[in-house]
Amino acid sequence: MTTVRPNNFFLETDIPSNDVITNCMHCGLCLPVCPTYAITGREKSSPRGRIRLIKAVAEGTLDVTDGFIEEMNFCLDCQACETSCPAGVKYGSLVESARNQIRLLNKQSFLEKYLKKIFLTTVISNTRWLKITAKILRLYQNSIVEKIIQKNKIIYFFVSKLVQLQKLSPRVDKLFFDEQHPEILKPNGVSKYRIGFLSGCLMNVAFAKINEDTIKVLLHHDCEVIIPKEQVCCGSLQAHNGDFEIARELAKKNVDVFSGYDLDAIVMNSAGCGALMKEYGEYLKDDPKYFQKAQKLSNKVKDLSEFLIGIGLKKTERKFTKRVTYHDACHLIHAQKIYKEPREIIQSIPGIQYIELNEASWCCGSAGIYNVVNYSDSMKILDRKMENILSANPEYIVTTNPGCITQIAYGCKTRNLGTQVIHLATLLREIYGI
Amino acid sequence: MIKSSVLKQLSSIVENKNFYTSQEDKITYSYDGTPLLEHLPDAIIRPTNKEQISHIVKLANKEHFSIVPRGAGTGLSGGSIPVENCIVLDMSQWNKILEIDTENLTAWVEPGVITSQLHQEVEKIGLFYPPDPGSMNICTIGGNVAENSGGLRGLKYGVTKNYVMGLEVVLPNGEIIICGGKNVKDVAGYNLKDFFIGSEGTLGIFTRILLKLIPKPQTSKTMLAYFNTQSDAGKTVSAIIAQKIIPATVEFLDKTTIRCVEDFAKLGLPTDIESLLLLEVDGHPVVVEEEAAKVVECCKRNNAIEIKIAGTEEEAMRLKTARRSAFSALARTKPTTILEDITVPRSSVAVMLEKIQVISKKYDIQIGTFGHAGDGNLHPTCLTDERNYEEIGRAEKAYEEIFVEAIKLGGTITGEHGTGLAKKKFLHLVSGYTAIETMRTIKRALDPNNILNPGKVFDL
Repeated sequence: MTTVRPNNFFLETDIPSNDVITNCMHCGLCLPVCPTYAITGREKSSPRGRIRLIKAVAEGTLDVTDGFIEEMNFCLDCQACETSCPAGVKYGSLVESARNQIRLLNKQSFLEKYLKKIFLTTVISNTRWLKITAKILRLYQNSIVEKIIQKNKIIYFFVSKLVQLQKLSPRVDKLFFDEQHPEILKPNGVSKYRIGFLSGCLMNVAFAKINEDTIKVLLHHDCEVIIPKEQVCCGSLQAHNGDFEIARELAKKNVDVFSGYDLDAIVMNSAGCGALMKEYGEYLKDDPKYFQKAQKLSNKVKDLSEFLIGIGLKKTERKFTKRVTYHDACHLIHAQKIYKEPREIIQSIPGIQYIELNEASWCCGSAGIYNVVNYSDSMKILDRKMENILSANPEYIVTTNPGCITQIAYGCKTRNLGTQVIHLATLLREIYGI
Repeated sequence: MIKSSVLKQLSSIVENKNFYTSQEDKITYSYDGTPLLEHLPDAIIRPTNKEQISHIVKLANKEHFSIVPRGAGTGLSGGSIPVENCIVLDMSQWNKILEIDTENLTAWVEPGVITSQLHQEVEKIGLFYPPDPGSMNICTIGGNVAENSGGLRGLKYGVTKNYVMGLEVVLPNGEIIICGGKNVKDVAGYNLKDFFIGSEGTLGIFTRILLKLIPKPQTSKTMLAYFNTQSDAGKTVSAIIAQKIIPATVEFLDKTTIRCVEDFAKLGLPTDIESLLLLEVDGHPVVVEEEAAKVVECCKRNNAIEIKIAGTEEEAMRLKTARRSAFSALARTKPTTILEDITVPRSSVAVMLEKIQVISKKYDIQIGTFGHAGDGNLHPTCLTDERNYEEIGRAEKAYEEIFVEAIKLGGTITGEHGTGLAKKKFLHLVSGYTAIETMRTIKRALDPNNILNPGKVFDL
């Protein structure tokens, strides 16, 4: 349904949907699950408050003020509110559209603008730039400079913020993932499924081991794995931060690349990437050339846990007698609604002592690049996660998203916990002994 | 508009971080859970002690501005929606459970304590606080007392008023009183606390609340019964009560509601049936078994197609949680859901359900009905779109007729949501003008300057 918008302060492209705004009946059932509302207790930091603010801008009763921008960026976009919303309001799409509007209106703060621009638009969107940056970072991380900064208290004091930030950035791998493999990998026996694999942007340069583990687990499950050389970053960090143009360009490129193979599924090991690739159809819905192709591709996208449960997880006799808990990545549980599958996989492992984590589906504060741009809020949110981890006292925390792994590992390290934070694929590779 | 000099005085009463006048804050405190109503306040204030509240109230009398108290803002009758020339008094941060007295079975709480958090705390030590409104995961005890909220367990355990033993209240003149206490028997003077329960923020501001607790039922059994007609479900309710069984919960859901709840909660409910009852019996294990068997028998005799018993406590919880989502889940069909709250004597539930269906057809309005069938409290919910003014007009006419029919059956216009703004024009239908005048007399006596939540319940 369309209605007249008298004095809309938004630009006409990618306007936050009036239907979604109206769908919110402000009942308040989203408030108890919102991490930012838990911090401030103020309505404007809650999902229904933010929707009301977006409505006010759309109705022309509020300009795109600094206060508005602050609230849109304070949101983690964890989408826990979507899971709790009985009315099914697609909150994430609203806040992402609002962020896109802020960018289009050129109203981002200096830091936001340049940090996000350099990182999201230039570095990770372009494989070559990403590798160059990663190589520089790798040099730094292996150099004496890092050690000096970390050991010298005076320098530490001055650059503590920088150090904190760099601790939160993932370690760059010695070898990038995509440089170690041919485009097509075949299983030992008969190949039953043809799988497309997204090596990812950060996953490729900083989490090569997890990609490796994922591939091994897929091969073990009789999959032929195709890692298209021409693929690009999925665009999720850009889309969630409201840069729809770049996200769409990346999406189109991947749609073209992956559609070139006859695939049974595209298997994801990063919850954020999976969530976005499942929405390629939605993002490209106004593009007649790409919509159908994108939708078809989106339908093939499966999280690793979802895929393995779907085809039947292979049994193993090997035991893993450890205390293990599971943290739900927001973009797996809230965006993709995948709750059961990872738990089912972990609990099926012989000898495992599974402990359900209290508030397992509460965001860890990583939220894409949130922990870098909103460091102190992100740490408050991490504190809550760590309290729950402390009381569960596991030896291993399993999750399915690189951001969560880095953030929670940082939480464990700064609290001197010996707890290991691992990806589900890593655990599976371990128990299969492959 | 409140003068800026007055706003300055207000901000000096509390710390800066507890006083908001930004446009973003005003917009986000302009609503509560009520559809179609909103109004911008001039400021939002978060007092941190009762002296500050007293101070604010005295200033309001002196400078003639209004105070609208607010908990979590989940009310459904407009009780916490701002009015002209007002500040919102946000009590949501008063969230401490001050004392749980296991010898007297009472709890002193601050008004901002979230209802379900109180449930969890007292249940840890084998106690029970029965009132459980649909929004219990976020609504506050203060709001519950102000609206005299009910919930799913009202049939057997009663509503909020049955559990309030005492209150500390800031009166509209800024004085502070304590009424009631831990005594089970207490007839010294007027029963003042009962004036404040359900007063919808018009007679005083709660700063502490003393609640009665009871022992937690040892066990419970939760069941679902499916029916081909709404009246079979209605008749089943009467049959159960006639068997002299008082279940903890008897919830009714019609076809539209079942579909929306299933779409949200994915419980595997059949979507082709006309209605279902969610039933729970609780208490001593032997009694529970016996009563559950009788309830099943009643369902069968009244043509239940299928009866399912929840196998685990977790499954029972999922069913009840899904039922609590019903109101919001209905917004899956159409964006604006106008929910009503009529209550009829429980023997008339089946008749009332039929009347609602007739009225729905007459005005060509889609109505989804669910509710606490066991205590006669029904929530016919009109599914519409606030952008369609013509349909909203028809919905309002349909409601007026539903109110009239409910009253004809000896019922009332609101069972648990309160009168607030949404229902004040219908109050005379059920109370009569003399009763409203008596309420006005009380309000004028306590709040001569009409500073506390003015225009709610009735106009002065």
